[in-house]
Amino acid sequence: MQPQPEKYNFDFKKETAEIVADSHEALSLKLGEFAGPLDLLLYLIRQEQADIFDIPIARITDEYVKYIRLMKDLDIAVAADFLVMSAQLIEIKSKMLLPRDPLAEDDEEIEDPRKELVDRLLEYEKFKSAAQMLYEKSTIEQAVFRRGKIESDDANAEISATVFDLLTVFQKVAARHKDDIKMEIQREEISLADMIRDLKKRIFEVSELSLLAFFEEMHSHRELVTAFIAVLEIVRTESVKLVQKKTFGDILLKVEPKTT
Amino acid sequence: MSEQATEMAEQPARSTTDLVGAVEAIVFVADEPVTIKLLAEVLGEDKQAIEAAIEHLVSEYENRDSGLQIREVAGGWQIATKTEYHEEIRNFLKTRPSAKLSLAALETLAVIAYKQPVTVPEILEIRGVQSASAIKTLLEKRLIVTKGHKETVGRPMLYGTSKEFLLQFGLKDLEELPSIEDFEDLAGSMA
Repeated sequence: MQPQPEKYNFDFKKETAEIVADSHEALSLKLGEFAGPLDLLLYLIRQEQADIFDIPIARITDEYVKYIRLMKDLDIAVAADFLVMSAQLIEIKSKMLLPRDPLAEDDEEIEDPRKELVDRLLEYEKFKSAAQMLYEKSTIEQAVFRRGKIESDDANAEISATVFDLLTVFQKVAARHKDDIKMEIQREEISLADMIRDLKKRIFEVSELSLLAFFEEMHSHRELVTAFIAVLEIVRTESVKLVQKKTFGDILLKVEPKTT
Repeated sequence: MSEQATEMAEQPARSTTDLVGAVEAIVFVADEPVTIKLLAEVLGEDKQAIEAAIEHLVSEYENRDSGLQIREVAGGWQIATKTEYHEEIRNFLKTRPSAKLSLAALETLAVIAYKQPVTVPEILEIRGVQSASAIKTLLEKRLIVTKGHKETVGRPMLYGTSKEFLLQFGLKDLEELPSIEDFEDLAGSMA
């Protein structure tokens, strides 16, 4: 659906998305999430106890549009994909209302305007079931524990850091710098070439450098960005590697031992 | 590891019991599931001997009411606790199961697992909804990885599942996933 943090727990068994309608057309909403327009559509079809191969398109379209309106009334941001689906439903509905072309030959096979939608629903439903299977597998897996860390793990556990990890560290520092009191001081900006030269000299002197500490030394956003690019450049050109010992932990810039 | 392997390979052949013990010890200290290939290399034995030793271990753990199990996951072998003791373990560790993935993320992961390598538009086609935030979550959790670009208009990024995916879902390999067509009957009958 709409972009949102993916952190809440979703329990397949407990929290089925559901719309609760009372007698007076006023719909109340039981909080729940539909994973997408196809999910909502499947729900409505099942709710109406309709045959998926013979969808009562007028009724389902009404229900669907009603639900979308309800979401709007409740100020829930309706994702564009949900609106696209209502347009498609209305299109199918209107196609089905049109009389058959009298000039068409009798034996000409007319495709059911609902066919494409049915195919999509069936395809989607397979993956929905697969998602449930994955959910169950991960639940079982969470009941299995591997042994606790032994001492040598820390020495060996060098998870090689990805650009993604680098960005995370960078963002952490950048976010912290945002809150700093800003003083407008004209300072000489350091060029990328200088930054690379300085960092290179330094890394080969100390052989190991914390990126968090290094980024922390930078005074401006511009310098931070330059430093970040310098790190990428050095990793690419020199025998230096990035090492992260813990997920989301600090990343170390490390000189690789000479392979002679 | 490879330096040790050549060193160890020169040792004289050991007895079967010895080999079973050595395999058990290595599987125990290994940080990640150990492959048969690596075990064979390190112990200087052929793969068949290692496989036999593993098989022996697996049944031994099963037969003696152990709280542990030797199991195959992500293409290697691992020592882990049995599921039935999870409550006792959680009480001891004082931890709770970590946050589960959202429905949207699970669906996206399912599409990627079955259709990989797959692009964002292809995922949209199946799910009927934008999956950007779900993909971001899955990348952060390292369950999926990028697999280059598709050589088509716009060269969209391709995504596939990672080794971490196999680990977190307790799968030996991708082959272990039931075929997507198996869900068809199920899907039809639910409607």
